[in-house]
Amino acid sequence: MKLDETEFLLKEPAKKQTREAVIEISNLCKSFGNQEVLKNLSFTLYTGENLVVLGKSGSGKSVLIKCIVGLLRSDSGTIKVFNHDVTALTVNELGEIRQKIGFLFQSGALYDSMTVKENLEFPLRRIKAHLTQKEINAKIEEVLENVGLANALNKMPSQLSGGMRKRISLARTIVVDPMIILYDEPTTGLDPVTSDEISLLINDVQKKYKTSSIIITHDIECARTTADRLIMLQDGEVYAEGNIAEFEKSTDKVIKSFFK
Amino acid sequence: MKSIQTKIKERFRTRCQTIAFKDYHKMKIKIPVAKAKEIARVHALKLSENTIAKTEIANNYLTDFADVILFIVRFIKETFSRKFEAKEFFRQCFSIGYKSLPLISVTGFIMGFVLTIQSRPSLVRFGADTLLPGMVAVSLIREMGPVITALICAGKIASGMGAELGSMKVTEQIEAMEVSSTHPMRFLVVTRVWAATFMIPLLILYADGLGIIGSWFGANIKGDVSLVLFFSQAFSHIGFIDLLPAVVKSFFFGSVIGLVGCYKGYNAGRGTESVGKAANSAVVLASLLVLIVDMIAVQITDML
Repeated sequence: MKLDETEFLLKEPAKKQTREAVIEISNLCKSFGNQEVLKNLSFTLYTGENLVVLGKSGSGKSVLIKCIVGLLRSDSGTIKVFNHDVTALTVNELGEIRQKIGFLFQSGALYDSMTVKENLEFPLRRIKAHLTQKEINAKIEEVLENVGLANALNKMPSQLSGGMRKRISLARTIVVDPMIILYDEPTTGLDPVTSDEISLLINDVQKKYKTSSIIITHDIECARTTADRLIMLQDGEVYAEGNIAEFEKSTDKVIKSFFK
Repeated sequence: MKSIQTKIKERFRTRCQTIAFKDYHKMKIKIPVAKAKEIARVHALKLSENTIAKTEIANNYLTDFADVILFIVRFIKETFSRKFEAKEFFRQCFSIGYKSLPLISVTGFIMGFVLTIQSRPSLVRFGADTLLPGMVAVSLIREMGPVITALICAGKIASGMGAELGSMKVTEQIEAMEVSSTHPMRFLVVTRVWAATFMIPLLILYADGLGIIGSWFGANIKGDVSLVLFFSQAFSHIGFIDLLPAVVKSFFFGSVIGLVGCYKGYNAGRGTESVGKAANSAVVLASLLVLIVDMIAVQITDML
């Protein structure tokens, strides 16, 4: 019941808002050698919504969000983030755009050689250089409390469990107050209980920090909990788009194979 | 007696055979053309396959070469960028310099000790054992100290950098850094290469010093010489020309070790296997390049 309540609280404001686009992708193509991963992909992410991107492994989901932050260069098409075309930006301009985007990596990507505190300080010192040490400490404490791991401050990443790593990773993503968060398979490799916790955490973050998110996943439970809207990728193209209810009702074979 | 009929039959058979033979020849002319075509086709196919394979190898080689050049250019560009990661640079200096001290101490000491014991009999034969401290000091400072220390550092530092950066790449940490507005080249590579460039010459000088102390211990096994006398004899043979080229080349050793270690780690492929490969090839290439740089340095020093 708690889950439904959270959803209710969350989803309402997202729907009421005017649908202003934060990420607009049109005709995006990306191939590696002869293999075409993304073909003419187009979709839009609106302010304050959680957009879940479903798809089989290898359908180009991770490539898509790496193109959005400029980690991979697309072959053709445009990716507009806050009306700036990422594909045409210089390194410095891209750096500025990246400051507004948080990226949660599939593996967590915590820096092994640093403690949890140093991991959180790392982006904070670079993106928000004007903060004093006191403000930094306060900010770190706040985000750690938000992810429910206030006592992990001085631990090394190797001392953390998989779920804790994901939480710290999420804390590192939200510590710089991003306006968009891209989640790359946030629940992969976690048990169902921890997966649910992470999914609820994603909703909490959306509510608290008013972020717009793209959640890449193939975990239907995570999609059910977090999605305001879903799109499904198949062979590098948008196969279907809609809300969770529409997807659940669908009689299409490919969609049904996901919603068993 | 064969009957005429049999004779005729036999002659007919031979004639038939001759005709068949002739036909066979005719056929034989036909078969080689088909065979030759087939052989030519197979050879052409092999040749084209080989050409493609060789082109690919050449292509990879040239791509690697271009990658190295680009890496060095990016390294130089990032070195002179405004934001130098000083804290990380000192952290790396600590881990490259200070943490290598025990290993370098043992190596340096043994180097001098062994060199003395090995060269003593030859010198004694000529009655020139008073030259022992000078000879050991010169060979340690000019050659043994820099090269052996650099090789040890190539093993310890280059492999460490290769493995660390390689695993950071595999676990997406380098990408995470890039996304959080930090240039990974500036934070990871520039700091490590400069730390190696400055720390390895210091380690080499330290190893030289310990080598001379080791040599004194070695000299005292079969002889009796005071530390002061040994050192004064040793230093009387060392000139500025012995020390300067050695120090200059040790900076090059340092930068080569740093660059190779970082390049191999930074350009590691995906998957855990590539981490091992990166560490391994970093050691091999760094050791090889240390020796090549040494050869070039010796040639240049010789001209002075």
